[in-house]
Amino acid sequence: MTIEKRSSAFEYAPAPESRSIVDIAPSYGLFIDGEFAEAADGKVFKTVSPSTEEVLSEVAQAGQADVDRAVQAARRAFAKWSALPGAERAKYLFRIARIIQERSRELAVLETLDNGKPIKETRDADLPLVAAHFFYYAGWADKLDHAGFGPAPKPLGVAGQVIPWNFPLLMLAWKIAPALATGNTVVLKPAETTPLSALFFADVCRQAGLPKGVVNILPGYGDAGAALVAHPDVNKVAFTGSTAVGKEIARTVAGTHKKLTLELGGKGANIVFDDAPIDQAVEGIVNGIFFNQGQVCCAGSRLLVQESIHDELLDSLKRRLSTLRLGDPLDKNTDIGAINSAEQLARITALAERGEAEGAERWSPACELPSSGYWFAPTLFTNVTQAHTIARDEIFGPVLSVLTFRTPDEAVAKANNTPYGLSAGIWTEKGSRILAVANKLRAGVIWSNTFNKFDPTSPFGGYKESGFGREGGRHGLEAYLDV
Amino acid sequence: MPTTAPSAPPARALADVTASDSTLRRFLHGLPGVDAVGLEARAASLGTRSIKTTAKAYAIDLAISMVDLTTLEGADTPGKVRALGAKAVHPDPTDRTTPTTAAVCVYPDMVAVAKEAVAGSGVKVASVATAFPAGRAALDVKLADVRDAVAAGADEIDMVIDRGAFLAGKYMKVYDEIVAVKEACGTSARLKVIFETGELSTYDNIRRASWLGMLAGADFIKTSTGKVAVNATPANTLLMLEAVRDFRAQTGVQVGVKPAGGIRTSKDAIKFLVLVNETVGEDWLDNHWFRFGASSLLNDLLMQRQKLATGRYSGPDYVTVD
Repeated sequence: MTIEKRSSAFEYAPAPESRSIVDIAPSYGLFIDGEFAEAADGKVFKTVSPSTEEVLSEVAQAGQADVDRAVQAARRAFAKWSALPGAERAKYLFRIARIIQERSRELAVLETLDNGKPIKETRDADLPLVAAHFFYYAGWADKLDHAGFGPAPKPLGVAGQVIPWNFPLLMLAWKIAPALATGNTVVLKPAETTPLSALFFADVCRQAGLPKGVVNILPGYGDAGAALVAHPDVNKVAFTGSTAVGKEIARTVAGTHKKLTLELGGKGANIVFDDAPIDQAVEGIVNGIFFNQGQVCCAGSRLLVQESIHDELLDSLKRRLSTLRLGDPLDKNTDIGAINSAEQLARITALAERGEAEGAERWSPACELPSSGYWFAPTLFTNVTQAHTIARDEIFGPVLSVLTFRTPDEAVAKANNTPYGLSAGIWTEKGSRILAVANKLRAGVIWSNTFNKFDPTSPFGGYKESGFGREGGRHGLEAYLDV
Repeated sequence: MPTTAPSAPPARALADVTASDSTLRRFLHGLPGVDAVGLEARAASLGTRSIKTTAKAYAIDLAISMVDLTTLEGADTPGKVRALGAKAVHPDPTDRTTPTTAAVCVYPDMVAVAKEAVAGSGVKVASVATAFPAGRAALDVKLADVRDAVAAGADEIDMVIDRGAFLAGKYMKVYDEIVAVKEACGTSARLKVIFETGELSTYDNIRRASWLGMLAGADFIKTSTGKVAVNATPANTLLMLEAVRDFRAQTGVQVGVKPAGGIRTSKDAIKFLVLVNETVGEDWLDNHWFRFGASSLLNDLLMQRQKLATGRYSGPDYVTVD
């Protein structure tokens, strides 16, 4: 699938990562109580590769009865698991982390096939972070007394976790690693478009000898997620996904004993001042919005550029965008992969059209899209104002809205003028400005002179409609402890 | 395609920049800063490009054609230089389809010998001059050094800048010296300006030196002498590529880039070509605009080339040691 027309004499030959390293079975069951099982009502759904629309496998679809069974299994496992000394739980987590490292090439290829993101990202970002997350929380398991939540903090019980499709395995790690380290047991529902890596993770758990019922995986649709969240024997709900669903979950959980953390949408501002290191800022802008095709809740989807350098920066940005390589996600030289689903592609397309209709100026580099699969060319909108829909709504795709500002105060005002508050970026060579502006931004993560950098030691989470609670770091333990 | 006037006039668009010491300083210090972490991350990320099969064959031949095959030892003799010249003309005696290298690079007193060794082949003779590698000599000594090399027939002069003056902030002194050397090169020799990036130490300095060199009329900007601890790196070469790209955008004058020192394997060389391809594009993918200053690199390129042709590694005994 060579799709990019390049005029350069130095044309890169296809360099596909071998698909044969991963063995995808024609069908998968639900993972409950340490066994793979069919759904109670026998329902199945297909998962496709977004880059080719090829059916990868048929997966059991969890319903209410399966949620019940899984929660019961997790409840049964809880007593023993939570009673284990922390150092013993840590051994399992360390083992899981090592198995993930050993199988990282296989899991990277699998994730690329099921999600559509480039192998470059699954290989160099997703998988290393997944392993790092398990290693990090493995280290906390026997030190909870010293985490700042009082002596011998207690786990909550059964955690019901619902994760999105943009970083399937990484979001699983963000949820499961702290839950297990603190002594909880888990029922996790992966997204319906990306169930496979979670099911492979189930196999990793078996390989690691994890006791039955400690981790249960229920592939399924929104109804399974809703049933899990509403289940009366769940003590903790953790959700990453859209703000609309997050609000629904908050309503469901309201008035119960359940502890809730939500990591929702975002409309991150990437602020570039006139004294920024321009070449690196361009890289950061590209990484901020085109990493994972922009399907990142903390994406820097609003570029706020100081008006005095607008034209110069845009020229550089456009030149850089013209070098992005869109195509086969398994090719090691691909920078931009496929959009995860037809549904998401339709949403991105509709919002981009709305941007044009509202008068913003649309630009994309010359870029031929493959004929099958779900694709969207990297897109810039200039002449965008705060009033445009594309400056307010989360697009969750490779679409950047470019706005300008004149002074630092105006930059801060515009950056904060959103119902969201997940991430922001500041680009300037002036250290004092970084600190001054960061203090005024209402966002859970602020990057300076970089963007989309993740580390298990750093807490991550939102302000306002981007959710509440923190994942990662010492702070991430609190969500799974009875404190 | 390479059609540069051998002595392009110092960029007219920026003529007032060099009007005085203070305008020059203000200009150089007004260039956008370089974020070291971001620069190195970008260079590393381009280093993960996977260049295979036809692309690799193209890149290896291109890299061979860009080598400035170098010997800069106190022990250089006419015999050694003649052998080097023969190697530059026929890098792989078993395969006459192998491209010649771009140039041989020698000390000024070896230029005449080198010239004779490569006569009629199209291989250029480059000579380091200006009290290479330290550059610690009076200007007239440096200029005499250059004139010597040019008179002996050097096609290219690789000069070193006065790093002491640069680090002391005496930019105009560095500028004037480059202008004088450029004049001594006349119309027959192209001028490569070596910054010794390892001694300039910061990326901001490397960006400033790049612009300073280009303003003064450099035909090439070159990282290093190969005689200090840190020589060419992907990051400093990427930074210099950005500089030549921006300089051409502002002035219309195209300047070449030469990383030198420390590039020993085909894999490394290909990474540099990827940097060129994705930073400045195909206009620089030609030995008129991009060179590798290297000695041992050539044999690794030849071994890789043989491997691509035959499907097996032949080993170091199947390439010549000259």
